[in-house]
Amino acid sequence: MNYSWNWSIFWQLSPEGQGTYFDTLLRGLGWTLATALIAWVIALAVGAIVGVLRTTPNSWAIRLGNAYVELFRNIPLLVQMFLWYFVLPELLPDAAGTWIKQLAQGSFWTAVVCLGFYTSARVAEQVRAGIQAMASGQRLAGTALGLTLPQTYRYVLLPMTFRIILPPLTSEFLNIIKNSSVALTIGLMELTARARSMQEFSFQVFEAFTAATLIYLAVNIVVVLAMRALERGVQVPGFIGAGGAQAEH
Amino acid sequence: MFSGFDFDVIGRSLPYLFREGMAFTLTLTGIAMSGGIVFGTLLAMMRLAKFPPLALAAGAYVNLMRSVPLLLVIFWFYFLVPWIGQWLIGATQPVRVGAFLSSAITFTMFEAAYYCEIMRAGIQSIARGQVSAGYALGLDYWQTMGQIVLPQAFRNMLPVLLTQTIILFQDTSLVYVISATDFLGAAAKIANRDGRLVEMYLFAAAIYFAISVAGSYGVKLMQQRLAVIR
Amino acid sequence: MISIKNVSKWYGSFQVLKTCSTEVAKGEVVVVCGPSGSGKSTLIKCANGLESFQQGEIVVNGVSVGASDTDLPKLRAKVGMVFQHFELFPHMTVTENLNLAQIKVLGRTRQEATDKTMALLKRVGLESHAPKYPGHLSGGQQQRVAIARALAMDPLAMLFDEPTSALDPEMINEVLDVMVQLAQEGMTMMVVTHEMGFAHRVAHRVIFMDQGEIVEDAGTNEFFGSPRSERAQQFLSKILQH
Repeated sequence: MNYSWNWSIFWQLSPEGQGTYFDTLLRGLGWTLATALIAWVIALAVGAIVGVLRTTPNSWAIRLGNAYVELFRNIPLLVQMFLWYFVLPELLPDAAGTWIKQLAQGSFWTAVVCLGFYTSARVAEQVRAGIQAMASGQRLAGTALGLTLPQTYRYVLLPMTFRIILPPLTSEFLNIIKNSSVALTIGLMELTARARSMQEFSFQVFEAFTAATLIYLAVNIVVVLAMRALERGVQVPGFIGAGGAQAEH
Repeated sequence: MFSGFDFDVIGRSLPYLFREGMAFTLTLTGIAMSGGIVFGTLLAMMRLAKFPPLALAAGAYVNLMRSVPLLLVIFWFYFLVPWIGQWLIGATQPVRVGAFLSSAITFTMFEAAYYCEIMRAGIQSIARGQVSAGYALGLDYWQTMGQIVLPQAFRNMLPVLLTQTIILFQDTSLVYVISATDFLGAAAKIANRDGRLVEMYLFAAAIYFAISVAGSYGVKLMQQRLAVIR
Repeated sequence: MISIKNVSKWYGSFQVLKTCSTEVAKGEVVVVCGPSGSGKSTLIKCANGLESFQQGEIVVNGVSVGASDTDLPKLRAKVGMVFQHFELFPHMTVTENLNLAQIKVLGRTRQEATDKTMALLKRVGLESHAPKYPGHLSGGQQQRVAIARALAMDPLAMLFDEPTSALDPEMINEVLDVMVQLAQEGMTMMVVTHEMGFAHRVAHRVIFMDQGEIVEDAGTNEFFGSPRSERAQQFLSKILQH
């Protein structure tokens, strides 16, 4: 094999003039995490609302929620990214469209919004499943005490739901981190994009992609450990976490 | 809002979009699904094996594939396969591998990790008594797995396997980054050639949507049918 | 035929079998009874190697079950087993259930296997159900098919693990009748069961187990007439009250 290995490539200066290759990879990681975190906030907020909508007694709310989820689940993420980046500015009134196109860090904000809504549909699914997994007795108990429907959701249903769905939500958060790589197609220089450009400039293909792989693995481990600590921290005594199964008395 | 758009471009490019683009997408999905399920089932059996090195190796592979973005895996195989080809056939230079072959290998290897977890759950859901009954009759491990456990596990997990295939179908659009001409790639080519991004991307989205929704509906129908037969 | 010598088994630190020893001669019918958790199911599962054991020796038809060089599938082909939950293969018809091991393990042709299958189904009174799936049969019918499936391998001995415990009361007799007939034809049988009527009718010996030990091992009349151990007496008095 006549591939010339060069593991010290990471300490060489990148031709892009912003430090070593290692620095560029770290900067890419920074963009990956920033995109993932802000998109996650959107995904949680919107997803919780849509998930709740699908469990209310109102059939129009259910239909709206279902349509929302179906829309975002049946179009590939990359296509959605293109729709937000290329199509939306053209469909808006001229002033708005131009403003978007001239936005500094346009790829970043487009990626954040796209990922946020894409993931919100999946969060909505988890929230809906979590609420429905709890025995309907909880909702009845809340209403019997005189709580209004919104109050029942806020004080009774949602707190337990989020504990139940912490494990699948962890998966979704890890997915958002991985999916942020799709934004490289609209020019966001996140981690995978940086690895690719390192490969293009230095020709050290395997070193570049190995580094990216190891960094993603490390991020995974950190997130999984953090979420496990969170699960333990918010655990309700007597419940075996996911599924809301009751412990033996 | 829709003035100034030329939706006729869609009609004019239909043959190219479907004969080249969709054919690529569907073929890739088919190959990755079959190869992925076969390899995934093997991985699942390895993960459940009593022999620790096998279980650990399979577990490490599955966890690696599930921790890393698909785009990175696409790049990995795109650059790795030519070197492996060179090593396999003893050539002097990396073998030139087209985008299709590279994608086929990538998606088969990647999806196998996901199909593995599905089949693992399926195998574990088969009552231990079935395995005991097989052994009691004198069947060996491979006969018991092949005749008794896997047919049942596969039947039980079919809806989940098909849902994963729909996800795979959507994921194939990522071959865009290695300039492969799948359905999205074909739409993008027309879009950039004729300057009709809005029309082409909206159309592509609509087609992916229609196929995915139809697929999910089909799976739901199948689930209802299977439930009745039980 | 079946020789169990000083067999002990542990699950982790819990000892589930404590130096159990007994013999089942050719043509003998031995019933194994005892309270739940006494290890009786575990003991007969050790006899055909479905469960492993850490100490002792089990020899079936001259073959040592625990030896590392034993061809277990070959041994199991000669020892039939019937399970509490029938364990018919739900994705195969009755005929296919009986044919499978005949073809794959004994190497019979499909025709030979089917002939044998139909003969056995006739013997248990279920030949009209041959093309059906287990899901369409009652519990009693499924268990009789399971017995036929084990017999299709022409076994030298049959092991029964609580064959009627999962059946509705009205179906227990149809299964016991098949087992009685089998015993009267001279099959070597080891049966874990609570059905004392069956023991009275055809068993030569009764073994009583409690907490992993064989507490009593006596001829049927002796066991029921004058059980020696206090535990066996207590057990008998409880179950014979019905």
